[in-house]
Amino acid sequence: ERSRRSFGQKLSSLFTNFTGVDDDFYDDLEETLIEADVGFDTALEISEEVRDEIEFEHVSDPDQISQLIVRRLVALYTRNGSAEDNHLVFSKEGPTVFLFVGVNGVGKTTSIGKMAARFKARGRKVLLAACDTFRAGAIQQLEEWGKRDGVDVVAGKEQSDPASVAFEAVKKAKAENYDLLLVDTAGRLQNKVNLMNELDKIKRVISREIPDAPQETLLVLDSTTGQNALTQAKAFLETTNVTGIILTKLDGTAKGGIVLAIRNQLHLAVKYVGLGETVDDLSPFNPEQYVSGLFKGLMED
Amino acid sequence: MAFEGLTERLQKTFTNLRKKGKVTEADLRDTMREIRLALLEADVNFKVVKQFVKTVRDQAIGSDILEGLNPAQQIVKLVNDELVKMMGEEDAPLNKSPKIPTIIMMAGLQGAGKTTTTGKLALKLKNEQKARPLLIAADVYRPAAIDQLVQVGQQIDVPVYEEGTDVSPVDIVRHGLAQAAENKNDYVFIDTAGRLQIDEKLMQELADIKALAQPNEILLVVDAMTGQNAVNTAEGFNEKLDITGVVLTKLDGDTRGGAALSIRSVTGKPIKFVGQGEKMEDLDVFHPDRMASRILGMGDMLTLIEKT
Ligand SMILES: Nc1nc2c(ncn2[C@@H]2O[C@H](COP(=O)(O)OP(=O)(O)OP(=O)(O)O)[C@@H](O)[C@H]2O)c(=O)[nH]1
Ligand SMILES: Nc1nc2c(ncn2[C@@H]2O[C@H](COP(=O)(O)OP(=O)(O)OP(=O)(O)O)[C@@H](O)[C@H]2O)c(=O)[nH]1
Ligand SMILES: [Mg+2]
Ligand SMILES: [Mg+2]
Repeated sequence: ERSRRSFGQKLSSLFTNFTGVDDDFYDDLEETLIEADVGFDTALEISEEVRDEIEFEHVSDPDQISQLIVRRLVALYTRNGSAEDNHLVFSKEGPTVFLFVGVNGVGKTTSIGKMAARFKARGRKVLLAACDTFRAGAIQQLEEWGKRDGVDVVAGKEQSDPASVAFEAVKKAKAENYDLLLVDTAGRLQNKVNLMNELDKIKRVISREIPDAPQETLLVLDSTTGQNALTQAKAFLETTNVTGIILTKLDGTAKGGIVLAIRNQLHLAVKYVGLGETVDDLSPFNPEQYVSGLFKGLMED
Repeated sequence: MAFEGLTERLQKTFTNLRKKGKVTEADLRDTMREIRLALLEADVNFKVVKQFVKTVRDQAIGSDILEGLNPAQQIVKLVNDELVKMMGEEDAPLNKSPKIPTIIMMAGLQGAGKTTTTGKLALKLKNEQKARPLLIAADVYRPAAIDQLVQVGQQIDVPVYEEGTDVSPVDIVRHGLAQAAENKNDYVFIDTAGRLQIDEKLMQELADIKALAQPNEILLVVDAMTGQNAVNTAEGFNEKLDITGVVLTKLDGDTRGGAALSIRSVTGKPIKFVGQGEKMEDLDVFHPDRMASRILGMGDMLTLIEKT
């Protein structure tokens, strides 16, 4: 909320000196969008569309203009595949597997901890797999989340083969009738070929045991990340066929506007957002809310 | 590849310029636009970009670059030189206390790389100066943060001071410093929990640790992939802590790292080290000139100039 207000305030300052829709206005609009990390091309595209609409409709009232901007942004977010929803896919029978992937430190392990609690509270039997055998303390971190959530964790030795941990976990999930298996993986930068191949191997091990699994491969993105998030999405989509995004750290001052470009170019939708470090800080993503949240202060003023 | 866009973009503009042999006002405007675009794509903050482009433009107009034989080359050089200048021309070494221990405090957003960098820096000092560092585990919030630091300490064979998660970070630091005095450690690292710069309570905790420990070095650890928000983070931490330097992590990725320029420009504080991987050896001193070519997407400046 904090962040949104301050962003909204910035936006409304766009209107405090509002003297009409001139070139300065569109420059300001562009910069406001760039500041949210939507990227220059997207900012220009949106600004052009807004300009066309304002001219076509002869709008001059600041309130109407701000609403028009929000409508445009939501349209931009949803127009590429508005039919697809952001619900998670579960298997009809047997365990569902979600694989969590992403670069270092974005919030994969934490998001698993939050999601496990969420689905446990809905009566599902949840299992976690500690397939980050590489980073110092990674196994203990997931085990700590398991303890907090009261869910089981399958872990191997440090430095052991992550694919074999995944194998053990899937086997256990099948044998002991778990509903949901959440697989944590080590952070990896998308330009590291070996590490990306390792991820592919983990995924293949899972699919071999359960043909439809993983039902979701969730790419975790840090909202403070700039244009590189698009490169990340491209690379992870290619190697692991990502099915959705979890956008974390939205409780900060960053907006993660790059998800607009990701949605536009790769048709990948955000499914959940991370809003803090505690177990309750995970929410399903709502595009209207996200976009109009960016413009909140503006709408109210 | 991530860098292609810019190189091609500049080459195209420059090829056009070269064909005409003479640069007009309009050409200059186009060139500045391309530079602006390139910097924004590299995640340099838009306000910083604005100022930068203005500076370069003024210089380009002020000099007789427009009459020059190969204006494109000159503009590239101008941009590059100005970037290097802004980023601090000299490599900045670590501060050292006249008497032991030198105290180094790490701060930054969640997941930036503080704990990893603590290990890397301690190892570097150990290898280069035969230092005997102590690491203090002052993150009592993140699950298994202490386990992580303890394992990092084991990897580099450096002791870690920890008191679990039931003691306040300020008290842990106080006791850790006493321990360091007793053991005559020459360097002390304080690993703190990640936090948002807008989290007043946790920012105050850092200020309290600072007041107690009076560190010689307060390093803000920043993820090189950070976008426009880098200025907010840098400003927030710098205002509260008056940081002494910056470490840029995850530069082994393919990000252009424009955040470096934004942070430098809003804090004026030197970037001292860069993280180049997950292993303890993967830390380098910061080179402004290399960073400049990286941000401009010109890994090889000379190649570009030869082509223009
Ligand atoms: N403020 C905030 N912090 C978060 C959020 N999600 C995760 N974090 C914090 O970000 C840091 C990194 O989170 P992790 O879950 O360890 O990230 P990871 O992707 O598993 O990291 P690696 O396994 O090292 O690649 C931790 O300090 C988390 O508490 C969020 O939504 N908001
Ligand atoms: N590729 C790469 N990964 C890095 C680098 N520095 C840190 N990491 C990784 O980034 C992730 C987060 O690093 P940490 O050291 O745990 O970050 P932190 O700032 O201590 O995180 P919190 O304590 O949760 O705020 C880990 O997966 C590290 O291995 C680097 O230079 N390159
Ligand atoms: Mg993790
Ligand atoms: Mg840490």
